Amino acid sequence: MSSFEVFIVASIVKIVLVILVLLTAVAYTVWLERKIVGHMQNRWGPSRVGPFGLLQPLADGAKFLLKEDLTPPHVYKPLFIAAPMIAVVCALTSISVIPFGTSIPILGHAIPMQITDINIGLLLILGVTSVGVYGVALAGWSSNSKYSLLGGLRASAQMISYEICLGLSLVGVLIVSGSFSLREIVQSQSGHFWGFLPKWNILHGGQLLGFFIYLMAAYAETNRIPFDLPEAETELVAGYHTEYSAMKFAMFFMAEYANMITVACLATLLFLGGWGGPIFGPPVLQAILPTFWFVAKVFVFLFVYIWVRGTLPRFRYDQLMAFGWKFLFPLAVANLVVTALLVALFGTSRG
Amino acid sequence: MVPISYYLILSGILFACGVIGFLIKRNIITIFMSIELMLNGVNLSFVAFAAQWHHLSGQVFVFFVMVVAAAEATVGLAIIIAVFRTRETLNVDQVNLLKL
Amino acid sequence: MLHLVLFLVFGAICVAGAINLLAQSHPISSALSLVVVMASLAVEYLLLGAEFVAAVQVIVYAGAVMVLFVFVIMLLNAGEEERTKGSHVALILGVPGVLAGGLLVAWVLIERSGTQTVALGALPGFPKAIGNLLFHEFLLPFEVTSILVLIAIMGAVVLASSPETKAPGKES
Repeated sequence: MSSFEVFIVASIVKIVLVILVLLTAVAYTVWLERKIVGHMQNRWGPSRVGPFGLLQPLADGAKFLLKEDLTPPHVYKPLFIAAPMIAVVCALTSISVIPFGTSIPILGHAIPMQITDINIGLLLILGVTSVGVYGVALAGWSSNSKYSLLGGLRASAQMISYEICLGLSLVGVLIVSGSFSLREIVQSQSGHFWGFLPKWNILHGGQLLGFFIYLMAAYAETNRIPFDLPEAETELVAGYHTEYSAMKFAMFFMAEYANMITVACLATLLFLGGWGGPIFGPPVLQAILPTFWFVAKVFVFLFVYIWVRGTLPRFRYDQLMAFGWKFLFPLAVANLVVTALLVALFGTSRG
Repeated sequence: MVPISYYLILSGILFACGVIGFLIKRNIITIFMSIELMLNGVNLSFVAFAAQWHHLSGQVFVFFVMVVAAAEATVGLAIIIAVFRTRETLNVDQVNLLKL
Repeated sequence: MLHLVLFLVFGAICVAGAINLLAQSHPISSALSLVVVMASLAVEYLLLGAEFVAAVQVIVYAGAVMVLFVFVIMLLNAGEEERTKGSHVALILGVPGVLAGGLLVAWVLIERSGTQTVALGALPGFPKAIGNLLFHEFLLPFEVTSILVLIAIMGAVVLASSPETKAPGKES
């Protein structure tokens, strides 16, 4: 087999595998959230369907498939049907540049654990996030209902405001790592300093403030508590997805959790050292361990996401926008200036 | 290997569509979008010439065009909102009196 | 060969989007066809090797400027366009004039440029090289555009604010 054919076959296999794993992860992130929030609120989460409620996502999936897909009469049909598709497509596209580990040798070829490594990988994720705002805005408008329109406008205004802070917090990482390619950013965080501390961007790269700005901007981007006013059930009915039922609502749901997972993966890659961790054992274990550390770090990040959801109250909309523009944005710019100054004085980790 | 004139013709077609839209459309927002279409056509010819003469300044200038287009869209849409508040219409033919 | 096929496919999508913008009567459909035009233009930039420009086109143009357009259309509840008087002169004189001018320019271009071709990814626009150029040779335009953006922000805030909330000092 020539290397081009190997590339094609490997890419197709990787795409199918990643989509399957991502959709399963989305379903089980929902389960995880219900369990953790349940335990925080001193009750069991789902516990009846299967051991520990592990088959709950299957029951939910069956419910969504069998529910009546109601399309209200006066909606703008083409956009009503297209908006959840836009949301899901954008949520699933950004996983294509995320590296899950180093390359594993299969049948003599070294297959990198990433669907594609383009040298503007970070920009692709930012671009896909920007286009994902259309799903929300068009859903709110096409539903032809006051609550949906207001909810859609609020949600999309929130998303585009916090996109700026998200981008600025990533620029700090870019200055320290010197590349847009996600694999190179992770590779610049390998190694240790002061003996045992890993050279993650959050410690050695001086991006502690950048990490917290990213955290807050990510919560607002994915419309999660404390920033989930546009879609909270007690406000504006249900915001932009009021008029959606069954499978289309499930697509919005899936898109939100897939965005959460993508944001967690990105935080792991940029701030927590990606797949870096102690490597030991026989060669089979050595090939799997980087991916294991990656998944562990993503899980920690998702746990913090769900922990915050169970703990904090939500912001009012004007407090939310004021926080984004008047506090977080100047803070992100200050982080950028300080990072640039430190890099100019001390040089990046690559010399 | 695509001849450079193909890119320039595509850019010209986009520009022509933008001008035609500017002339025949009556909704002010659609007129604005035709202006953005013209600017996009010009961007394509910048990048095409940069590729032909191997001069990266063509690609850098696209940034300036984008920034100017974004600033113009912002202020233009703010003006449209202000006009809409008093005239209650988005049709350019009905905004034909200096005093309301 | 692959270059030509990709160029033609995405060029056709561009032109179809542009014509759809003209043909649709509802501004939201025009806005979405413009987004399609911008996305296919980003692919054309990629074919010429301008990867950073393509990414910025999607992030800034398709993802921010057009979202602003869609916002305003949603906010002002713009309905379908009405056919009013006054558009006939422009239609009869302007459209053939533009088409004639366009054909003339296209003919001159084809005559003059001969068979000069560009390869796939002809001029790789790496972010590092563009950044170097932007901050060394084009530093003055860069700073001037930042002031332009500041002026645009201030202008938009002032113009779009409602009359009641304007100048609190001018109450009496």
